[in-house]
Amino acid sequence: MTSRKKLICVRCPQGCELTTSLDGYGAITKISGNICKLGIEYAETELKDPRRTLTTTVKVDGGALPLCPVWSEKPVPKDKITEIMRELDKITIKAPVSAGQVVAENILNTGVNITASRGIIIR
Amino acid sequence: MSTNYDVIVIGAGPAGLAAAIEAKKAGARTLVVERNNEAGGILPQCIHNGFGSVIFKKDLPGPLYASYFMEEAEKAGVEMLFDTMALDITPWGLNTEEPENRGGQRGSAVPTIRITATNKTGFLELKTKALVLATGCRERTRSQIRLPGTRPAGVFTAGTVQRMVNIEGFMPGKNFVILGSGDIGMIMARRLTLEGAKVIKVIELLPYLTGLRRNYVQCLQDFNIPLELSTTISRINGKDRVESVTTVKAGEGLLPIAGSEEDVPCDTLLLSAGLIPENELAKKAGIILDPLTGGPVVDENMAVNIPGIFAAGNSVTIYDLVDYVSKAGYIAGRNAADYAAGKTKPAEYIEIRPGENVRNVIPQRIHKKNAGPSEIMFELRVSREFPEKCSVNVMDGDAVLYSKKEKYARPAEMLTLRLDSKSADALKNADNVSITVSDLKKEEGNSK
Repeated sequence: MTSRKKLICVRCPQGCELTTSLDGYGAITKISGNICKLGIEYAETELKDPRRTLTTTVKVDGGALPLCPVWSEKPVPKDKITEIMRELDKITIKAPVSAGQVVAENILNTGVNITASRGIIIR
Repeated sequence: MSTNYDVIVIGAGPAGLAAAIEAKKAGARTLVVERNNEAGGILPQCIHNGFGSVIFKKDLPGPLYASYFMEEAEKAGVEMLFDTMALDITPWGLNTEEPENRGGQRGSAVPTIRITATNKTGFLELKTKALVLATGCRERTRSQIRLPGTRPAGVFTAGTVQRMVNIEGFMPGKNFVILGSGDIGMIMARRLTLEGAKVIKVIELLPYLTGLRRNYVQCLQDFNIPLELSTTISRINGKDRVESVTTVKAGEGLLPIAGSEEDVPCDTLLLSAGLIPENELAKKAGIILDPLTGGPVVDENMAVNIPGIFAAGNSVTIYDLVDYVSKAGYIAGRNAADYAAGKTKPAEYIEIRPGENVRNVIPQRIHKKNAGPSEIMFELRVSREFPEKCSVNVMDGDAVLYSKKEKYARPAEMLTLRLDSKSADALKNADNVSITVSDLKKEEGNSK
């Protein structure tokens, strides 16, 4: 039994419509509709281990702004996003903050660091 | 602080920063006038990723994308004037104070543009040889989309709430309805959900998604937020605070279908109903605007109708991606510097019109002398969906000068048409140029 699954690639703004063909065991036999190799990568991970880049904010103590935007430098497992949000809710960082500063290392053992996406000066 | 510059840029967003960097690198003494207290424009509040895919081949959050340009501007030696609001532009044609006003340089052939501005030190008068307008855009508000109903608290544009949640750190509601399927609306649907609010649904008047499809997947689908197409709001209800919105299905001609009303309880309504280029300064200065884009009529150098004035970014036309905004800024900055150096000569133009199935196109005119020797790029939007293969055509009257196949075309996604120098050569003798988009199958059928 083979089947087909349609996906929209989220790896770049182009948003290619991918068609994946699966064999009876759920393994991918063909991927079409992509205009670059990111589409292949996306289809492969999306069916096995869907991941997303997480962007949010953490509280800042003593900064010119009350929040600092942060992001997962690599995509994290989709089903862990709510848990990661809860974890980041507990964190308060001290100003000054520099862009790229690690805010949470290896968050929930995903192997991904959460880092600041901007600098925040002292109030 | 000096008040004489080669290039002044109004706005330190992505277009303005790129323009200033490029102008400074070309040797122009460059100043950016910015009303906010920091650079980056809207980017500091756009904490989501999706920026930089074209320029950096990376998927960056907005603040990080902005920081690359801020660092670059600093390194290049661009001067910045923050907390300063430009009030008025006086083009050189209206400036009769001679000769000391001629460009600030004795013997300079380039006359001066005057800019008046205000900040906490008071009133300022700045002089420049060339000016880049990078004033960005504004969100469409409730009154601009004429939403009937009461006037309670709890109706916001999506960008306003984005600022509250991402910069100021508070949630303006608990149960949200979002009107409009633009990118900001979908991104805010995800953001509010992540921060613990309930997004009941996103509704869209048009029968198709108006934002990028990747945002439908990663912002709505991932969080099981329903999207209702061909639906709009017929009434906002509530006395002090929004209590509900009445939705209605839209039928033929986007008119409401009687009897399809539904009451949706909520406490906050977010509007993501499109962006409008901001051109108050441009209008006052006598710059000609294109009613189709809402921005100035520009040529391929991003020059407007008044010599020495250039425009770039979302004040010219609404882009899908910030990368293209920055690229337009580079073009404007480079050409502003050239103008300031006296390298620009008056030229003849070929007008470019949007033809069949094209809503708008930039540039609206190109130099005749550039047709042929240099490559020319058009950026356009279609006025209807083309789900199947279609062709984008450059026409001279009824004759096709150039055409390019596209897999599909959607009003939500800007199309780029690049003519290499050889193809652009065909434009040289054209006098009735329009850009059209047509179904490919039909056309093949006709010609065979």
